[in-house]
Amino acid sequence: MCIWSIYQWIMCDMLADFGCNLISSSGAAVVMSARTYADFTTQASFEIKKCDVHKLDDAPATEVVLTREEGLQYYRIMQTMRRMELKADQLYKQKIIRGFCHLYDGQEACAVGIEAGINLTDHLITAYRAHGYTYTRGGTVKEIMAELTGRRGGIAKGKGGSMHMYTKNFYGGNGIVGAQVPLGAGVALACKYQERNELCVCLYGDGAANQGQIFETYNMAALWKLPVIFICENNKYGMGTSVERAAASTDYFKRGDFIPGLRVDGMDVLCVREATRFAADHCRSGKGPILMELQTYRYHGHSMSDPGVSYRTREEIQEVRSKSDPISMLKDRMLSNNMASVEELKEIDVEVRKEIEDAAQFATTDPEPPLDDLCNHIFSNEPPLEVRGTNPWTKLKSVS
Amino acid sequence: MAALRCFLRSGKVRLCVCLRVRVQVMVRDALNQAMDEELERDERVFLLGEEVAQYDGAYKVSRGLWKKYGDKRIIDTPITEVMQLCVCVCVCVKLSVCDSVLAPPPQAGLRPICEFMTFNFSMQAIDQVINSAAKTYYMSAGLQPVPIVFRGPNGASAGVAAQHSQCFAAWYGHCPGLKVISPWSAEDCKGLLKSAIRDDNPVVFLENELMYGVPFEMSEEAQSKDFTIPIGKAKIERPGSHITLVSHSRFVGHCLDAAAVLAKEGIECEVINLRTIRPLDVECIEGSVMKTNHLVTVEGGWPQFGVGAEICARIMEGPAFNYLDAPAVRVTGVDIPMPYAKILEDNSIPQIKDIIFSVKKTLNV
Repeated sequence: MCIWSIYQWIMCDMLADFGCNLISSSGAAVVMSARTYADFTTQASFEIKKCDVHKLDDAPATEVVLTREEGLQYYRIMQTMRRMELKADQLYKQKIIRGFCHLYDGQEACAVGIEAGINLTDHLITAYRAHGYTYTRGGTVKEIMAELTGRRGGIAKGKGGSMHMYTKNFYGGNGIVGAQVPLGAGVALACKYQERNELCVCLYGDGAANQGQIFETYNMAALWKLPVIFICENNKYGMGTSVERAAASTDYFKRGDFIPGLRVDGMDVLCVREATRFAADHCRSGKGPILMELQTYRYHGHSMSDPGVSYRTREEIQEVRSKSDPISMLKDRMLSNNMASVEELKEIDVEVRKEIEDAAQFATTDPEPPLDDLCNHIFSNEPPLEVRGTNPWTKLKSVS
Repeated sequence: MAALRCFLRSGKVRLCVCLRVRVQVMVRDALNQAMDEELERDERVFLLGEEVAQYDGAYKVSRGLWKKYGDKRIIDTPITEVMQLCVCVCVCVKLSVCDSVLAPPPQAGLRPICEFMTFNFSMQAIDQVINSAAKTYYMSAGLQPVPIVFRGPNGASAGVAAQHSQCFAAWYGHCPGLKVISPWSAEDCKGLLKSAIRDDNPVVFLENELMYGVPFEMSEEAQSKDFTIPIGKAKIERPGSHITLVSHSRFVGHCLDAAAVLAKEGIECEVINLRTIRPLDVECIEGSVMKTNHLVTVEGGWPQFGVGAEICARIMEGPAFNYLDAPAVRVTGVDIPMPYAKILEDNSIPQIKDIIFSVKKTLNV
């Protein structure tokens, strides 16, 4: 083999990784062309982990189909969420974000898989680890970041902060552990009352799972057959307390007792999607509530004031990152099934980074809310009222 | 006479050369010392709450206590405020009933310290605080005392938004059967927490997260293991003759800062640190108002039905009313849920300039 041929062979091999085909005629002229999208597999089947079930005769499918389009979409959304949370970490350390900040990185497959299994017209409520859900429910990265930095362009006009973000059919963002669960049942009751074919996804963590009001909610939801999917995001630690130290039973999917349950691999977006589809069908067919436990993991500590390594080891965190990262898992599936190219995914990464940088730029330069807005939104649908300031001579105005 | 003293506190070494010298102690460490000393003094005392043991406390107030006293005395709970409360009430009550024939209560019962990560979460269990803890001694005609201390941070912090910023002084202060303490300085915290733990009644101990890291001078007397401050007695932090400023918790500091600014203009403010919300030390306030003839109350909580409102009502009803040369005035938080954005938050709570403004308006200067 001549040196030129060897060179061509090496170039061919290298360029193939970048989706380029080398066409040569007798080693003299080399024409490169990029792979077209027609070269990619449009969809593929995957085996996913079987769910553990509680009081169910069926279970979600274990062989699922992922289209190229879906894969790219999930990849983009998860990557956006990941980068957004990492940027929030950076801004918090620069003291541009203040107060409480609970980051979601590691748990992306939960939010994305759930949204893929329901419709935007369905409803969702969660606790304070809410940035990811605000995004999947229709908030923009710009609005979310500006809310974190407390600016007027924030999704709650700067008045809510990290824990209190809302958008259409998304009811926050709630600071009191467990309090969002009865609220979610209330939303489901409204859906049933108004005869809309909609359901409510009601999320809580392993720490909240021991709250009494959750058990009250289970009872009422089952009694009244409310269309609610209870989802326990079990990331193994309630702040600094591991599940074994907090719960007499860590089978969170069974804690609904008379409510059927599923235990799902929360690091696999396809598992979460299939389980959510299954649960949504259950609700929509009038069978009442269902409970899903998503086994997931958070890379950051409980909040930005928790380094996250006093109650778990760095090795444990590293192991999850290297073996079970949701974004890597999806990426590997797509690449090994010829559903996308490395270059294409890198392009998405670049676009996502730019979006996050632009959003951070906006979030740090947008002005703070005007003082006129201080007392607004106390009541709904009320004529303007006077609000006492810090002393009897300061009278402020509040409009609905 | 020189004496070299070494303090070993929760893994921190404080070395001071003591010539009747005061030391600088952070509020957090004063609270830690109080609990440490009371845990050592009385085996029936124990601490229970979320993250108090292995995490060393969400705000590190209980740092080192679990290592020293172990699982039996320092207990991590799941996130279940109602159960926390119930457990506390029951351990006080049950043993008293059993042993009431053999030993007069409350010596028989346990004496829990129940930590709320913040008092906002106490709302989950407020039924138990009021209906089980506060009212039981009355309902049982003296048979069942409930010697519990409920403690934790209260009021606004920095940027924690509406659900984590509420002041509960007025809510708990409203209820007979409870004692409600709102300390300011490190000495207040140490002396009052020790008194609260030794008290045979349910005590709500309202700390402040922004004060935890603030150092104060602590006198030699306060460093003693037997140092207590009586519940229900206010302290005049700064004497003055032109106007009385009454406050509690963090805003005592704001009042002192305002007083320093006003002193340069010849206005001498008398600053009273309430220390206890219930029972309120009305005599101290009345005595001061009868001297200065002017009153401004300062608090972080909302105005309606608040601590300031109660003080004004009591002054109206008592002998000090006839000594007022101007209506008493309340400086309070703005009557809105707490916003997140910094500019809005800063304008939602009393600033030093608001106190100065109110003093001048009251004095008509």
